Amino acid sequence: MDNMLTGKVISVNGPIVKALGLQGIRMFDIAEVGPDRLIGEVIRLIGDVTIIQVYEDTTGLMPGDWVISSCRPLSVLLGPGLIANIYDGIQRPLVGISKMCGHYIKKGVKLSPLDVDKKWEFKPLIKAGAEVKEGDLIGEIPESPLVMHKVLIPPGVSGRLATVAGPGEYTIEDELYTVENGAGTHWGKLAGYWPVRKPRPSRRNKKPFIPLITGQRVIDTFFPIARGGTATIPGGFGTGKTMTQHALAKWCNADIIVYIGCGERGNEMTDVLTDFPKLIDERNGRPLIERTVMIANTSNMPVPAREVSIYTGVTIAEYYRDMGYSVAVMADSTSRWAEALRELASRLGDMPAEEGFPPYLATRLAEFYERAGLVETLSGADGDISIIGAVSPPGGDFSEPVTQHTSRFVRCFWALDKILADARHYPSISWTDSYTEYLQDIEGWWKDLDDQWLSLRGQVMGILLEDNRLQQVVKLVGSDAMPPPQQFTLFVAEMIKNAFLQQNSFDPVDKYCSPEKQLKLLKAILDLYTKGGELLQGGTTVKEMAALDVVSEMVRLKSETPNNELERIDDYRTRLAQGLDSLKERKGEV
Amino acid sequence: MAAEIEYTNLSGISGPLIFVEGVKGVGFGEIVEIRDGSSEIRIGQTLEVDEDRAIVQVFEGTSGLSVKGTRVTFVGKSLEIPVHRDMLGRVFDGLGRPTDGAPQVITDNMMNVNGLPVNPWSREYPRDFIQTGISAIDGMNTLIRGQKLPIFSGSGMPHNLIAAQIARQARILSSEEEFTVIFAAMGVKFDMARFFIDSLEESGVLTHSAIFLSLADAPSIERLITPRVALTLAEYLAFEERMHVLVIMTDMTNYCESLRELSSSRGEIPSRKGYPGYLYSDLAAIYERAGRLKGVKGSITQVPILTMPSDDISHPVPDLTGYITEGQIVLERELFNKGIYPPIAGLPSLSRLMKDGIGEGRTRKDHAQNAAQLFASYAKVKRIRALAAIVGEEELSELDKIYLKFGTAFEEQFLSQGHDENRSILQTLDLGWQMLSLLPKEELYRVSMEEIQRYYIPQDERE
Ligand SMILES: Nc1ncnc2c1ncn2[C@@H]1O[C@H](COP(=O)(O)OP(=O)(O)OP(=O)(O)O)[C@@H](O)[C@H]1O
Ligand SMILES: [Mg+2]
Repeated sequence: MDNMLTGKVISVNGPIVKALGLQGIRMFDIAEVGPDRLIGEVIRLIGDVTIIQVYEDTTGLMPGDWVISSCRPLSVLLGPGLIANIYDGIQRPLVGISKMCGHYIKKGVKLSPLDVDKKWEFKPLIKAGAEVKEGDLIGEIPESPLVMHKVLIPPGVSGRLATVAGPGEYTIEDELYTVENGAGTHWGKLAGYWPVRKPRPSRRNKKPFIPLITGQRVIDTFFPIARGGTATIPGGFGTGKTMTQHALAKWCNADIIVYIGCGERGNEMTDVLTDFPKLIDERNGRPLIERTVMIANTSNMPVPAREVSIYTGVTIAEYYRDMGYSVAVMADSTSRWAEALRELASRLGDMPAEEGFPPYLATRLAEFYERAGLVETLSGADGDISIIGAVSPPGGDFSEPVTQHTSRFVRCFWALDKILADARHYPSISWTDSYTEYLQDIEGWWKDLDDQWLSLRGQVMGILLEDNRLQQVVKLVGSDAMPPPQQFTLFVAEMIKNAFLQQNSFDPVDKYCSPEKQLKLLKAILDLYTKGGELLQGGTTVKEMAALDVVSEMVRLKSETPNNELERIDDYRTRLAQGLDSLKERKGEV
Repeated sequence: MAAEIEYTNLSGISGPLIFVEGVKGVGFGEIVEIRDGSSEIRIGQTLEVDEDRAIVQVFEGTSGLSVKGTRVTFVGKSLEIPVHRDMLGRVFDGLGRPTDGAPQVITDNMMNVNGLPVNPWSREYPRDFIQTGISAIDGMNTLIRGQKLPIFSGSGMPHNLIAAQIARQARILSSEEEFTVIFAAMGVKFDMARFFIDSLEESGVLTHSAIFLSLADAPSIERLITPRVALTLAEYLAFEERMHVLVIMTDMTNYCESLRELSSSRGEIPSRKGYPGYLYSDLAAIYERAGRLKGVKGSITQVPILTMPSDDISHPVPDLTGYITEGQIVLERELFNKGIYPPIAGLPSLSRLMKDGIGEGRTRKDHAQNAAQLFASYAKVKRIRALAAIVGEEELSELDKIYLKFGTAFEEQFLSQGHDENRSILQTLDLGWQMLSLLPKEELYRVSMEEIQRYYIPQDERE
């Protein structure tokens, strides 16, 4: 059984509290501080002094106040009921808090993260008497219409399944099964705790091979991320980090989304909370909220809890991964997490490394992204976690420490470009500064859809890069002074930007673009490039081509073609060919 | 309750901080009263408490205090101010004490100036369009009730005129109700504050306004409290009295400089340009107090004003502000020098809440596309101007020349307007189409064909 320790506060400096008298307490144990029993975590032990990071406002706390600890590590409660819920950084349920204390978050509130009274429909899938080991499936619960919750033997437990409950309704506190082994009996419930800072175990890591389809063309076609992969979105303020994260949370084809609002705006979480119950997933006709877990530790909520929020989020993600699901984690913004780390380090008097950040910033970032991946779970299934972290570099300058270190640990870099954002070219993901390392891994998946994919992508990218080079000259002489073939490249590149790269998240049709549609749009653009190139040889000018109605129609194709009416693009390609041919004929007549 | 103990044992004074020894039973963040030989009582707050020592920040500054002869008492609670609707029509100092000669409002309603974080679950997403009568704002960077939308300015530019114009003209189309204005000045000159008060008075807004002034001659540390005091009254009026409150705070750069001063006198490790690493969180605690709450009628809309040192938008103050607020109105030196009022920059300005507050049933169906097209076309103008600067205007293509004409018209007719000119949103949108009609139809790819048919004015119909 847990033993209770008590000690006394000797100093308070913002969220950092020093206490004496807690002999035997361990690193990362929880401590409750002062008359309001504020939640804190032991982050350092120096001689007799215990240093506690408190996750709530410490105003009014004074030397001499009590500290108590039951010597349990800071943990999250994992079980059914996480889906569609919203928590603060230390997994306190925000809905419950609002019912209890109104519109504002008061300190010292203690509430179970999961509803303890709710009854869940449990269906056993194994009979008593079986030999079981960690990860084995005991039964299932429909947690939401989209998520079948798998009840698994927790890590570290094995033996003979002595009892298992029959089909019926149970709360998270009811005993469902017992496992007996030499060491004694394990009583299994629907929910259990797991320390946030400790990754949940799996059997082995595997190489990702399926793309995480996001429905965002610039990502899926040019800088794809694999399921189980890592990506970062760095960008100055207002360049589109949050919009991209929201678009991915809405449309990507993961089974579960964990959305972490880490030190960002309250209204952005409200936006998710109001939108997701209404938005319907085209693939299954269900509201998106039914696959989403939200963590909101906004910028005005206590800073130390911001530091924990990303671990809380990723631990929940691991829990669903272990059931064999594909989970996508959005963390907006990891810079605010790093700043929380910096603030706490500075109050502790740690020697700063670059820009005041503590020297362990890089290690912590690496550990976080390391929790992504495609794994063989303890139950033998495949499960994966993709992590997509936003970075908010001061002044939009990517040479700062958080962007730099993050880029070492992720394999997809979606660089947001201020100039594109200012010109309202969204998503403002730069096609010259971004990169992905997953291309080879996922090529096979696309090939199954269309074996020309890689070549189409390559050709279009080639035009964009050529354009980028030519733009340097255009800046000096203007495009009219360029030779016709180069003018033509500039013209097609402009078309790629407007008709393909640009994608408005608010457009009812274009907000999500299926892989098939992406392919067809690429082909339409390349038709223009190939046929137009031929015409150019025959003396047709770029202006003549641009003046064709069917050519200027191309920019509207993306927003006028729903994902289930792709034959429209085929028709369009026929008309485009005819239109361009008519120019040739005209030339012939002259 | 035991009588308050007076401590006299100071071990040091540094900048706005005093170090008091031998203290017992003092809490973190508690309010402190400091007395010297004179009759004046200064107010402070504990920043750190140890077993027998407290570090106190003194809001009125430490000028004139000495280690000997200073008496300190700890009040046992955090800083609170009285809040009441009778505070409207009044003028207060930076700590919320009346300076207009009339007595402090008597009320039992005391509120902690630091407020509490709003539960994100309890927020209501802001959606109501505010018509400011300024085309550059209403048409392209719409202000929404409950938004925080700062003005990024530079020294000498007319941010005050614009803020005053917003305060006078702001309306919700669907309601007659007027905004309650709260004005907080930090470290600005008296004549500037005077201008603002006069301007509110002339238009009859002053009677439902409250003014908090921590002027340039007040101790710099006081500025750290001023926005909090103003927002505390705003929260009371918005969420208890159900009013729609518009809070204008100027100049946030002065606020940040005071915070930098405090941080450096504590010997903290600075981050960029000497500002403390927690500047982001500190500003967020102020800006996030804007918004709406579920099931409550009132709202807080914030228009903070800040001057960008050397017009540099990447300076930590505008940079961190931009990372917290829901967009920004950026003033541009080049437009200002051309004599254009308001000199609102076309490209870096942005309103993030615009999307949900405009369109059919709110403003007009074509609003979003109209704005997107103006932004895109104006971006092109900027590129062409850069080219023209190199090759000369004569060398430009015909199309490029048309763009330049559009650019000039956009700046001189659309952006530019009078200090008292109050344009309706429909006027603004129509004006936008007039501008777009200067360009060939094929160039308008952010609007739909339908919209072109409906609003585009063909060349032969233009006068
Ligand atoms: N894909 C998109 N489609 C349409 N609009 C977009 C898109 N991406 C960004 N925007 C526009 O840009 C604005 C800013 O985007 P967003 O809030 O995502 O920026 P951010 O990078 O998260 O900024 P911050 O760092 O300040 O949080 C949005 O409010 C929206 O108007
Ligand atoms: Mg954002």
